[in-house]
Amino acid sequence: MGGREANVVLLDENGIRSDGRKVNETRKVTIKTGVLKNADGSAYIEFGGNKILAGVFGPRDVHPKHMSNPDTGILRVRYHMEPFSVTERKKPAPSRREIEISKVIKEALEPAVMLEQFPRTAVDVFLEVLQADGGTRCAALDAASVALADAGIPMRDLVCACASGKAADTLILDVNNEEDQAGQADMPIGYMPNLGQITLLQLDGVLTPDEFKKCVEIGIDGCKQVYEIQKNSLREKYFSSGDNN
Amino acid sequence: MVELSIIDKLKRSKILDLLQEGKRIDGRALDEIRPLSIDTNVIPHANGSARVRLGDTEIVSGVKVQPDRPFPDMGDKGIFICTAEILPLAHPSAETGPPPPAVIELARVVDRGIRESGMIDLSQMVLEEDKSVIGIFADNVITDHDGNLFDACSYSSVAAIMTSKIPKWEIKDDKPVMVEGEVSDAPITTIPVSITMGRIGEFIIIDPNLDEWECLDARITITTNSDGNIVALQKGGSAGFTFDQLVKCSELSISAGPKIREIIKQATQSTL
Repeated sequence: MGGREANVVLLDENGIRSDGRKVNETRKVTIKTGVLKNADGSAYIEFGGNKILAGVFGPRDVHPKHMSNPDTGILRVRYHMEPFSVTERKKPAPSRREIEISKVIKEALEPAVMLEQFPRTAVDVFLEVLQADGGTRCAALDAASVALADAGIPMRDLVCACASGKAADTLILDVNNEEDQAGQADMPIGYMPNLGQITLLQLDGVLTPDEFKKCVEIGIDGCKQVYEIQKNSLREKYFSSGDNN
Repeated sequence: MVELSIIDKLKRSKILDLLQEGKRIDGRALDEIRPLSIDTNVIPHANGSARVRLGDTEIVSGVKVQPDRPFPDMGDKGIFICTAEILPLAHPSAETGPPPPAVIELARVVDRGIRESGMIDLSQMVLEEDKSVIGIFADNVITDHDGNLFDACSYSSVAAIMTSKIPKWEIKDDKPVMVEGEVSDAPITTIPVSITMGRIGEFIIIDPNLDEWECLDARITITTNSDGNIVALQKGGSAGFTFDQLVKCSELSISAGPKIREIIKQATQSTL
């Protein structure tokens, strides 16, 4: 993007990507529900090389008090990267990028969480990126959604997220770090599969109008794959056999 | 939607009632952008500048061009940085102090639209690879806030960049030294146009004013380039879009782009 030169082969002649995946394949995703003792709800996700921990507290009292709303609960989200999560040490203070991502993840979750049932309270979501490998906002959103469900907070739907994009002139699912750096477009999508609502959407990179439509469809398909993994993870904790019933 | 006051709730129901009849609170059509005027070269001390009025939203943008170090992973390109600040005189709710998340998002979305379009050919901005490059800093200040700061800041930045004169530097004793009296036009490859749309209930409106902005369910900013391709996009707000609504927004942004691009071209006397 932005005209950066590609010096890696992003797609070989057999349509295989730099990390061995097919164009419509996500990286390996594993989610574990309920990994923290103190948090009301928690989840740990590994999305390819991304390792992210999500913890949820609430509904609880709001501090500072003036932030509380007599009509509804409020959702607060902090997305944060550890200094050791990327190649070069990241300064621990929240960067502008982290503040923006916190905001878009919050807005992606809000439509799903039934905050109106808990006026004057706050639900806090803390997302800690232990290791980053491209697509952290999607993976963090996936974990956040599961952690909220684990906290027993009423939700209209789970929010699942996955990026689609374009590299080597081909539309691809789940853009990895290499493809993000050297590819042509990266479009993270957050989606509520039962309500058909897109709640997170960003794009950088160039797409024709037709490619844009296809790219959204590919991304939604990826979201639905992640949705199954999210559900299974919740089942594993709450139905110990891991079965559907 | 979380922080609506009583007045905002009344406003929202009025706006929604009008939309049912196909009308907007300021009398515009749903797909009508407010009048846009652009003045350029308003700040002689800047290398490029613009003042934009989009309805009653007003922005002043200045571009400063100066040597800097390249980003560590992009030693073969100049740097481009875009900022935004809502001045305390722009709105009673605006405060001094560190920028709130919404303003950080604003600056980053405007920055991304321009950066990802490849508007400025940054590869022509290198003085010495990996060591010294030319930096283009587009700083936007909001002087009057009547909604849709995203598009107003984007048009203003783009116009200011397009009218920028780039001084010449030469490397002498490992330091860039300005060559007096030699300037060139900024290397522009395309004109990005940002179009922001809001959803209220089932209705999609383009370029929301502040009354509408405060009661949007969700919003989306789509930037297109001169070829009519989408180069950047950002969804915001505490609700979602369906796939069909999204496709409608992308079509709206593509059809609205050329008219705005024409206004920017005329204001900057661009031949692009």
